[in-house]
Amino acid sequence: MSQLSVDHLLGIKYLTTEDIQLIHKTADQFKEVINRPIKKVPSLRDITIANLFFENSTRTKLSFELAEKRLSADVINFSAAQSSVKKGETLIDTVNNILAMKVDIVVMRHPNPGAGVFLSKHVKARIVNAGDGAHEHPTQALLDSYSIREKLGSLEGKKVVIVGDILHSRVALSNIYCLKKLGAEVMVCGPATLIPRHIADLGVKVELNLKKALQWCDVANMLRVQNERMDISYFPSVREYVQQYGVTREILDGLDKEIVIMHPGPINRGVEITSEVADSDQAIILNQVENGVAIRMAVLYLIASKIQHHDQ
Amino acid sequence: MSQKILLNAAQLDIILHRLACQLIENHGDFHNTALIGVQPRGVFVLKRLERLLKEQYQIENLQTGLLDITFYRDDFRRGEEPLKANSTEINFILENKNVVIVDDVLYTGRSIRAALTALQSFGRPKTIELLTLIDRRFSRHLPIQPDYNGRQVDAIGNQKVKVMWKESAGEDAVYLLKNEDQ
Repeated sequence: MSQLSVDHLLGIKYLTTEDIQLIHKTADQFKEVINRPIKKVPSLRDITIANLFFENSTRTKLSFELAEKRLSADVINFSAAQSSVKKGETLIDTVNNILAMKVDIVVMRHPNPGAGVFLSKHVKARIVNAGDGAHEHPTQALLDSYSIREKLGSLEGKKVVIVGDILHSRVALSNIYCLKKLGAEVMVCGPATLIPRHIADLGVKVELNLKKALQWCDVANMLRVQNERMDISYFPSVREYVQQYGVTREILDGLDKEIVIMHPGPINRGVEITSEVADSDQAIILNQVENGVAIRMAVLYLIASKIQHHDQ
Repeated sequence: MSQKILLNAAQLDIILHRLACQLIENHGDFHNTALIGVQPRGVFVLKRLERLLKEQYQIENLQTGLLDITFYRDDFRRGEEPLKANSTEINFILENKNVVIVDDVLYTGRSIRAALTALQSFGRPKTIELLTLIDRRFSRHLPIQPDYNGRQVDAIGNQKVKVMWKESAGEDAVYLLKNEDQ
């Protein structure tokens, strides 16, 4: 297979296993490219990409922008804070105004789940979802699974636990879809208040005890506690959360095996994981960041390859 | 589709020996030379030349690499089939080296143009030469000519030159294929 089955990247849910494998394989080649003395290729030099960020983001936005520039695309950036959205303009009007400037691909982050799907039905450009509310964050799941594959060789039969605030996490949902499609076993672990009620229906195990979860897994993906998404209190105090679900060196040393530690960032050092764990050899957090650029280059390249030259 | 044999295994072997000797004449012990095979089919020519140079002509420390040009091609999104990337394996810097690009068939010259651009990502070579097994003389789109050339073939538009290798196709041969419907 040499092309994606989809025209837009809206979520992992819509991708086939072959799509994910194609993205990973293409990212292998881009990883080689970004380690060259000159890291730029001319593939997308006639493509214009708009990064529409209706919600704050640092690393995802930088990672996409770098990927776009390394593919030689023309890039325009938009952030809602300084825009006409504040004056009451609708999403479709905002995007259509940007598309009138001959944009081919829209990379969008939006606080509302389903914003990408909605947009893909109303505008002509290709849409890449860079996170929609608590729904999906497909490129994060692709880079997480790619990083595990790079570290452990394959995903088949590997045990991955996702720890923390599952309820408010788009990373968790995309990861669950992606890891399951690639043959991994998935468990979620966190306070009962932060685990969605029907999560087991997705075929994942649920564990409330962190030590048991870590003993079970090969990889622990530690999520950030998303205080900004919480409108009520889900646990008594941060101190209590740390005691129950924070990963420390002592906990890792107490396991009878060495597990891989991941974190999508930004880290609350001393909350989800201690600095000692974050900076240890077991953590592949910086590999995830590096792989993020290669994965996003692969996604944009494969999406762009479906835009025929004469369509523009 | 009719086919005519252009080179059999023995002729191909003689040509590869000659190309190896020509390389030695210009590059001596290859101390500052790198041979770069263009993915995917130039790699077969490169591997054969590498084996000959090492085993028959005792060239030691020969530096070789594989170059994928997919991301540098000028027909991205213009064809029916999407372009699929191969691997690039160049584990050294090409800065100030004499580089020989190795490919199987030179036709329009567009692949070699892409290879020249791609090579710039690995430093600034001192010189770049081109070695091709088959030079299709007509239908060049760009002003690109080989420095080393196995066989020159006068093929017209609806003809295709196909290079077969024992490693992948079970025989060493070069065929001229002609589509009779056209």
